[in-house]
Amino acid sequence: MNENATRIASTSDETPASTVDAGRRGFIGTAAGLSAAALVAPGVFLHSVAAAPRSEPVTDSVRWGLLIDTAKCADGCSACVDACDRENGLDLQEPHGSESKWEHQKSVWIRKVKLQDNQTGRITNLPMMCQHCEHPPCVDVCPTGASFKRADGIVMVDRHLCIGCRYCMMACPYKARSFIHQNTSGQLTAVPRGKGCVESCNLCVHRRDHGEESTACVDACAQEGHGAIVFGDLKDPDSAISQRLREIPSRQIREDLVLNTGVRYAGV
Amino acid sequence: MVKAVVRAGLLTLGLVWVALAADTALADGVKRYVVEGSPAAERESCVEPTERMRRMHMEFIKHQRISTVHEGIRGTKYSLTGCVDCHISYDENRNPRPIDQPDQFCGACHNYAAVDLNCFDCHASVPNRPGADAEAAHRAAGVVGRVASTPPQGGR
Ligand code: SF4
Ligand code: SF4
Repeated sequence: MNENATRIASTSDETPASTVDAGRRGFIGTAAGLSAAALVAPGVFLHSVAAAPRSEPVTDSVRWGLLIDTAKCADGCSACVDACDRENGLDLQEPHGSESKWEHQKSVWIRKVKLQDNQTGRITNLPMMCQHCEHPPCVDVCPTGASFKRADGIVMVDRHLCIGCRYCMMACPYKARSFIHQNTSGQLTAVPRGKGCVESCNLCVHRRDHGEESTACVDACAQEGHGAIVFGDLKDPDSAISQRLREIPSRQIREDLVLNTGVRYAGV
Repeated sequence: MVKAVVRAGLLTLGLVWVALAADTALADGVKRYVVEGSPAAERESCVEPTERMRRMHMEFIKHQRISTVHEGIRGTKYSLTGCVDCHISYDENRNPRPIDQPDQFCGACHNYAAVDLNCFDCHASVPNRPGADAEAAHRAAGVVGRVASTPPQGGR
């Protein structure tokens, strides 16, 4: 219970507003504000949160992505993985009752992969999550339309439509998706999740829709002092991520598949 | 013919609600419908007139979910989170009680009407997000910052 109280404390401590995309957000804010004023009817609650929830559909004027500098990713550190678990309530899932091994299988949205070059002995650590492909194989194969790509480049699962067939898990070249085998309880309001659906990293989509500027893993990595992950808009040439991508060489994992991933890696 | 049946059905549902409402009036101080101090407590009715909410709430939420999940629209009139924020009640330890329990706001009616309620298989059944609508309600109930839920009894 205390742990949950801390969760709230740490979440509400975050300060939004960045200098980088303040201008763009200012513009969006004005536009959204105008239409919101026109739409608000009596009986509608105006949220008291600092950053307002989105009231207009997402557009393709942005494309969210991550840049991971593997040179800065520390061996043995699991800050990003832990933060993701907490942010999305993955840590709340406890096996109950059954002996079945599936009951004990937990969802993983991000994991640390360790590569060793056998010739040289060089070790590289890279956090792997859904790569938010521009041409996502998971979406191609999904029979129900549950796997989809949002206009802003986030690939996610609509759990209302997912039938749990797991085609997408087979199709994903990055092993990014997990299936929930057991009943869940105590979910977080921001992250509905339940038995029988597939799920994966959604770039903290609830944060995106509330105008926050980073993801849980980015925050945690920065807090640890590594700063190995940068989040931002790949379409904005002035965003921190675009600037960094221009500065250092980076690549996509499995570039040969030509999926144009939204997650890029440096130092691999 | 079909129309008549539907109308009769709606009428029955309405009557059920009246019966339930009478029950609650008799029940002890548990605030099952509206949490004191919440935005809902200051309003005449929900986001739509009460009669409309009783009959149409599923329609509202069902259409809402497409725009929320696919278009990222979160700041709208209809929201399941909103139901939970305004209609949650608390146990003697000031812990919010899952709203889908058979004696709680959502659970009670669904239970009575034998309508399967599985929104909360996936969605949070207690308010547990910081800084949102639930804040005032929590403050009034003396549970600021508490996100713990009473463990579900029985379960499915
Ligand atoms: S990384 Fe996998 S889950 Fe993510 S968009 Fe690509 S194919 Fe889909
Ligand atoms: S498991 Fe769900 S999201 Fe994946 S392919 Fe099947 S229906 Fe689509």
